[in-house]
Amino acid sequence: MKMLINVAETVVADALRGMAAAHPELAVDVENRVIVRRDAPVAGKVALISGGGSGHEPLHGGFVGPGMLSAACPGEVFTSPVPDQMLRAAAAVNSGEGVLFIVKNYTGDVLNFDMAAELAEDEGIQVAKVLVNDDVAVTDSLYTAGRRGTGATLFVEKIAGAAADEGQPLERVESIGRQVNENSRSFGVALTACTTPAKGSPTFDLPPGELELGIGIHGEPGRERRAMMTSGEIADFAVNAILEDMPPRNPVLVLVNGMGATPLLELYGFNAEVQRVLTERGVAVARTLVGNYVTSLDMAGASVTLCQVDEELLRLWDAPVRTPGLRWGM
Amino acid sequence: MLDADFFRRWMTVTTASVNREAERLTALDSPIGDADHGSNLQRGFRAVAATLEKEAPQTPGAVLTLAGRQLISTVGGASGPLYGTLLRRTGKALGDGAEVSESEFAEALRAGVDAVMTLGGAAPGDKTMIDALVPAVDALADGFGAARTAAEQGALATTPLQARKGRASYLGERSIGHQDPGATSSALLVAALAEANGE
Repeated sequence: MKMLINVAETVVADALRGMAAAHPELAVDVENRVIVRRDAPVAGKVALISGGGSGHEPLHGGFVGPGMLSAACPGEVFTSPVPDQMLRAAAAVNSGEGVLFIVKNYTGDVLNFDMAAELAEDEGIQVAKVLVNDDVAVTDSLYTAGRRGTGATLFVEKIAGAAADEGQPLERVESIGRQVNENSRSFGVALTACTTPAKGSPTFDLPPGELELGIGIHGEPGRERRAMMTSGEIADFAVNAILEDMPPRNPVLVLVNGMGATPLLELYGFNAEVQRVLTERGVAVARTLVGNYVTSLDMAGASVTLCQVDEELLRLWDAPVRTPGLRWGM
Repeated sequence: MLDADFFRRWMTVTTASVNREAERLTALDSPIGDADHGSNLQRGFRAVAATLEKEAPQTPGAVLTLAGRQLISTVGGASGPLYGTLLRRTGKALGDGAEVSESEFAEALRAGVDAVMTLGGAAPGDKTMIDALVPAVDALADGFGAARTAAEQGALATTPLQARKGRASYLGERSIGHQDPGATSSALLVAALAEANGE
């Protein structure tokens, strides 16, 4: 499988060096794997830290900057970062107002961020945590690792980031983050698997003419495999899966997210279908975002995330943000 | 009696096993995971080997605590905290003595495995590393060879199980029919005990 890399072992380090060169407003510590906004710590403000395996760019490093994350901790490809990274990040960004960890619900992420939180608290840094578990494809039960954190991570990071930016205290920023997560649901489909640099071949075998329904973002197979569907049929399936789980009472933010290898041309067409289904189901749309935000290397596919918002959440979503991956208002 | 040399040997043999089996572990981690188990453990145990060489811990307890701490700082994912806690907790239970008896070690390893179950929340039958580690610890009273056999059988026995923990659990019934990569690497770790003991 051809990849634009030197060798698999240096993929993450190489990417970090490239990010550093492209974004002088970020302080990128390549050796210790932490990306920090250069103006950190920001006096009087709560700091947001997230992280996870590499391979989901722009998540999370691409969302470091005013209005969103204070720091991001990239692990090896599809591998949770280690506590040392989050501890270093927390020390770098804490202004004294405390730090909010935004943690996607994967066993590894949870374990490493929990360990880091303990270590940070030992150093006198106040840490709160928001768990993101928006994926409806997994049954949240005693018999699974729980729902995965996927597209809603973007909504949590942006909205909580805005709250922190306007000086809200840690408990309030945490509560807002939690509210966003609780009001978000996602569903994803894959048309291809992805190829990790280390493995060098697709993570699972998806024959032509078939698609995976209910995927995550780590190249694992989905819940179900079916014969290939049209964009309209996929939109029906995905949006209905979300609405069944969370019938919205409020207007929604819509994220139509590319998994990495699907052209914008297709994503926009898919968005048209998503909007059609929402209209048919009487769901009001507040804002829409289409693009590659929470990716899975070179997987072809897309996910839909809906987040129902009240006036305050919408105001925070609209608030200015300046990061490599998301920018408006400044 | 088992001294620091023995435990260093255990880690060296494990490192060699993981290097040898890395591709296979990754292959097991593909249908029911994200294809990174082999390379993660390889990276982790290489770092363990380097740090043991550099720091030269003098007691069994120190060897394992250092190894565990290094795994936590290097591996990432769920495996880092879980394997790291296994070795750290076992190391702590071994205390400061220059050598420990086989039964002291068995007790300490049980404490380590208990800590992993508490941290990860898995029980036997969930299709995880626990399905190799618990049988191994139960068999340790009969020697390292018995523990190795029990761990290997435990890993094989994960194949028909449906995963209830970790990434494989997202697949539901589709996780059935695949051997668990975590149980497989745990069996390698236990087998390394026997090999380090010359068995």
